[in-house]
Amino acid sequence: MTTATEALGAARALGARFAGNVDGPLLSIALVILAVGLATLFSASTGFPGRVTSQAVNIAVALTVMWVVAQIPPQTLMRFAVPVYLAGVLLLVGVALFGEVVNGARRWLHVGVVRFQPSEIMKIAMPLALAWFFQRREGITTWREWLAAAVMLAVPVALIAKQPDLGTALLVTAAGFYVIFLAGLSWKVMLALAVAAGAAMPLLWSMLHDYQRRRVLTLLDPTSDPLGAGYHIIQSTIAVGSGGLTGKGWLEGTQTHLEFIPERTTDFIFAVFSEEFGLAGNATLLLLYLALIGRGIAIAANAPTLFARLLAGAIVLTFFTYAFVNMGMVSGILPVVGVPLPLVSYGGTALVTLFTGIGILMSIQKHRKLVQT
Amino acid sequence: MAAHFTDAARDLARFRVRLAIAGAVVVAAFAVLFGRFFYLQVVQHRYYHTKAEDNRIAVVPIAPNRGLIVDRNGVVLARNDSAYTLEIFPRRVADLEGTIDGLATVLDIQPKDRKRFRRLLDESKGAESLPIRTRLTDEEVARFAAHAYRFPGVEIRARLFRQYPQGALASHALGYIGRINDRDLERLEAEGLLARYKGSDHMGKVGLEQSYERELHGTPGFAQVEIDAGGRALRTLSSSAPTPGNNLVLTLDTRLQAVAEQAFGDRRGALVAIEPSTGGILAFVSVPTFDPNLFVDGIDPASWQALNEDPDKPLNNRALTGAYPPGSTFKPFMALAGLELGKRTPEYTIQDPGHFSLPGVSHRWRDWKAGGHGAVNLHRSIVISCDTYYYGLGNDLGVDAIHAFIGQFGFGSRTGIDIEGEKPGLLPSSDWKWKRFKQKWFAGDTISVAIGQGYNLATPLQLAFATAVLANNGVVYRPHIVRYVEDARTGERRAIEPQPERVVKLNPKWVELVKNAMVDVTRPGGTAARAGAGAEYQFAGKTGTAQVVAIKQGEKYDEKRVAERHRDHALFIAYAPADNPKIAVGILVENGGHGGSAAAPIARQVFDYFLLGKLPDRPAAAADDDGD
Repeated sequence: MTTATEALGAARALGARFAGNVDGPLLSIALVILAVGLATLFSASTGFPGRVTSQAVNIAVALTVMWVVAQIPPQTLMRFAVPVYLAGVLLLVGVALFGEVVNGARRWLHVGVVRFQPSEIMKIAMPLALAWFFQRREGITTWREWLAAAVMLAVPVALIAKQPDLGTALLVTAAGFYVIFLAGLSWKVMLALAVAAGAAMPLLWSMLHDYQRRRVLTLLDPTSDPLGAGYHIIQSTIAVGSGGLTGKGWLEGTQTHLEFIPERTTDFIFAVFSEEFGLAGNATLLLLYLALIGRGIAIAANAPTLFARLLAGAIVLTFFTYAFVNMGMVSGILPVVGVPLPLVSYGGTALVTLFTGIGILMSIQKHRKLVQT
Repeated sequence: MAAHFTDAARDLARFRVRLAIAGAVVVAAFAVLFGRFFYLQVVQHRYYHTKAEDNRIAVVPIAPNRGLIVDRNGVVLARNDSAYTLEIFPRRVADLEGTIDGLATVLDIQPKDRKRFRRLLDESKGAESLPIRTRLTDEEVARFAAHAYRFPGVEIRARLFRQYPQGALASHALGYIGRINDRDLERLEAEGLLARYKGSDHMGKVGLEQSYERELHGTPGFAQVEIDAGGRALRTLSSSAPTPGNNLVLTLDTRLQAVAEQAFGDRRGALVAIEPSTGGILAFVSVPTFDPNLFVDGIDPASWQALNEDPDKPLNNRALTGAYPPGSTFKPFMALAGLELGKRTPEYTIQDPGHFSLPGVSHRWRDWKAGGHGAVNLHRSIVISCDTYYYGLGNDLGVDAIHAFIGQFGFGSRTGIDIEGEKPGLLPSSDWKWKRFKQKWFAGDTISVAIGQGYNLATPLQLAFATAVLANNGVVYRPHIVRYVEDARTGERRAIEPQPERVVKLNPKWVELVKNAMVDVTRPGGTAARAGAGAEYQFAGKTGTAQVVAIKQGEKYDEKRVAERHRDHALFIAYAPADNPKIAVGILVENGGHGGSAAAPIARQVFDYFLLGKLPDRPAAAADDDGD
C-alpha cells in the first residue's frame, strides 16, 4: 500500500521534474495550433513529399529548445542578454561582409557546415537586450535612456534592412519598440515619432528596392500586375474568399490542390487553411492566437521584475505581430513581406525562435515566486 | 523603502496599463482581420467562388471528325487515320532550337522536319502547338515518354490525320487539307466561323476539300476540364460530343479515273468525263498529278520546291483552270449555229480551194489541208474538219451571233462545277474586244474565231460540258462531282443537283444532223477513224488541234521541227454510245500534236472501260494521223 503510494508519488515527482517549468496552458494552446498547422501542411504539401515529417522533426527540436529555455531562470537570461545581443550584431556585420547571397538578398552565414540567418537571433536578442537595459537603469527613464534604447534598436535593424530583409527588420523593430512602449515611453514622444515617421515616408519610399515598392503598389491594385507581383495576392484572396463560411473541407481546396497558391506551405499557408476551413476556421484560429497572446499577457502582467515584464510583454506582442502581418498579407490588406504564420507555416528556424520565446515566457511564469521572496 | 515600494507599485501599475492598451490593440487588430475575412468569405463569397471555379475549369474544344470522301461505288478517297504527333508549344518553350536539338538526340528529326516546323511557325504565329514530327511509331512514342521530363512544352498528341488512300489519283478533284494558317484565321474570323474551328488544326485548301469545307468540317464539341495552375488537364468534368462532318459521295468513278489517268501515259493534259443525263462528273483528270498526302501536315520545303519548279507543273489544275483554244472541237457548235440561225442548210456546199479570203483583205486564211478538201457540205465539214467551210460561215454569222448562240453551251462562262477556282475561258464578242482593248472588232477577227482559234479559249471542263449539253440535246445539267452529302451518323443522304438547270432551244433535226456527222468522225474517212476502228459501240466525236505558236504567213507548220513545248495541243470531244449518251468527254493533250492521233485514242480507252469494262493493257498510243 505504502509502496504503491510511494511509487505513485515518485512517478509524479519524476513527471513534474520532467515537465520542469513547462506552463500547461501555454503549451496546450501551442500544441493545438501546431496540430492545426500540421493538418493544413498535410493538405498544402501535395507535391512536396516529406514536408509533414520534416515539420514534425522541426517541432520536436523546437519543443526541446523550449523545454531547455524554460529551465533557465530569468536572472541567467539577463546575464546572457548583452553577449547575445553583441554576438548578434557582430554576426550581422559578418553577414554584410561575408554573407551568402540567396535570391538577391545577403542573409545567410556559413559557420562550418551550418548555414543560418543571424537576423533571426535578433528577434529574441533585441527584446532581451532592451529589457536588460531598462532593468539596469532601474526604471529611470530620462531622454538619455530613450536615446540609448533607440540606438540599440536602430543599429541591428539597419543592418537587417540593408540585406535586404524587410520582414525580419519589421519584426525586430516591432519587438524592440514593444519593450520601449511597455517601459513607458511618453505618448507625446510617440506622437512626435509617428508624425516624424509620416514625414519621412517619401524618403523611406525612395530607399526601398524596386520589388519592395512593387509589393506595396500591388497591394493597392493587385490587378495592375496579375501575373507578376499581384499574382500572390490575387490567388490567395480568391482562396480565402472562395472558402466561404465553412470552407471547402480539408484536402478539398481547389486553389491549393491545383497549385494556384504560391508558397502554400510557408508564408501563404493561411490561404490554404482559409480556403479549406472558411470563416469558421479563421475565427477559431484567431481565438487560438488570442488565447496564446492572452496567456502571455497574463504572464507578463504578473512577472516579478521589470526585465521579466518587458521581455514577456515584448515576446507576446511579437507573436501577435507575426500572426497579424501574415494573415493581413494573405487576405490582401497588408503588403507581401516574408513573415510566416506562427506555429503553422513550414520551416524550422521560425519554429525554434517562436518556441524559444515560449520557453522564456514559461521560465518567467515559473520563476516569479522565487524572485519575489 | 516605502517610497521605493510605492515607486515599484506605480511602475507595475503603469506597465499594466500599457499592457492593457497593447491587449486592446491586439483585439482591435484581430477584429479588423475578422472583418476582412467576413467581407471576403461572406459578402464577396460568390464572386471569389466564381473566380476559383474559373481558375479551375477550362473549356476545351473537341475537334470533330472530318467527313469521308468516297466515290460512286464506295471506294474511299479521303479518310481519317489516327496517329501520334510530337508537338511543341512555342509559348511554353524558351529555347526552341535547343529543344529541337535535344529532341533530335531522342527521336529521328530530319532537317526537313526542322524546315517544315520553322515554316509552320512563320505561317501560324497564333498557334498553340505545332508538330515537329508526325506519325510517330509506338516505339518512338515510348522513347519520347521516357525522356519527356527533359522537354517541358513538348507533348505527344493523338490526332486524326487526313489520309488519301488512293495517293495521287484524282488529286486535282479532291484537293487537300492543310494546317490553318494566319491568313485562314483572318478569313474565318471575317466570316464569323472561328467558333467552328476551335480545336481544329486543318481545313480544306484546294479542290473538293476546300469547296465542301462547310460540309466536311463538322462542329466541335466541348469538354469542361479541371486544370491546375500549370494549365495541365487533370480530369474531365463534363463534355458535349462534337458533330462529325458530313461524308461526300461522289459521282466520280475511281476505276474510270484510273483508266483515264493511265491513258495519258507520261503526257500532260486533262480529261473531264460527264454523265450527260445528270451533269455528274465521272472522271476529272489533270496530269501530271501530285500526292495530296504531302500537304496534310504542312509540306516540307524540298517537296514543295520540287512540285513548284517541275516544268510539267503538276500543281496546275488543267481541267479546271487551263484555258486552251478549243480549235476544231468548236466546229460542231458552229455548224449548229449556222443551221439554227438560218445561215446554212444541210445541202449548202462549198468548193474548198484550201484557203479563204475576205474582200479587200490581203490575208489568206488557210485550211489545215493544203490544196483544200474539194466539195464540202455541212456534214462533211465536220467529218473531215474543213476550216474553209467555217471561215465562210463565221463571216456570215458575225462574232456577236456566234457569241450569243455558242455561249449557251457554256463557252466563255463558268460551268458552275462544285470545285472552287474554275476559270471562265473566253468566248469573244465585239463588246468584249472594245472593253478589253478599246478596239473595234474587225471582220477578219471572226474568221479564226470560227475555227476555235483567235481569242477563243476554253477549259477542258467547258469542252466536256458543251459536249454533254449537245449529247443531251440541249438540256443543261450543272456539272457536279458530289452526288450526295451524307450525314456521318444517320447515313441520311442529301442529293446534290438532280434538276436540269436550263434548256438550249434547238431544232431536233439540226441536232440529229450534227450528231450524225460527229459519229462519222470516228468512222472510216473521219478524222478520228483510227481511234474509232473496231469499236463495239457507236460513238460521236470531234477532233481539234490548237496552235501554240502562231504560224507565219506562207510558212508550213512542221510538227517534227517544232520543239516539243511548241507543238500544237491535241483536243478531242466525244460522247458514247452515240444513240444513248452515257458519257461525254473533253480531252486535251498538251503539245500532243493532232487531236485525232493523240487525244481520240484516250477517249476510246475511257469509253471501252466505261461501257464494256475493258481494261487497256497500255496507255493510249498515238494512232496514225487522220488529219486535224
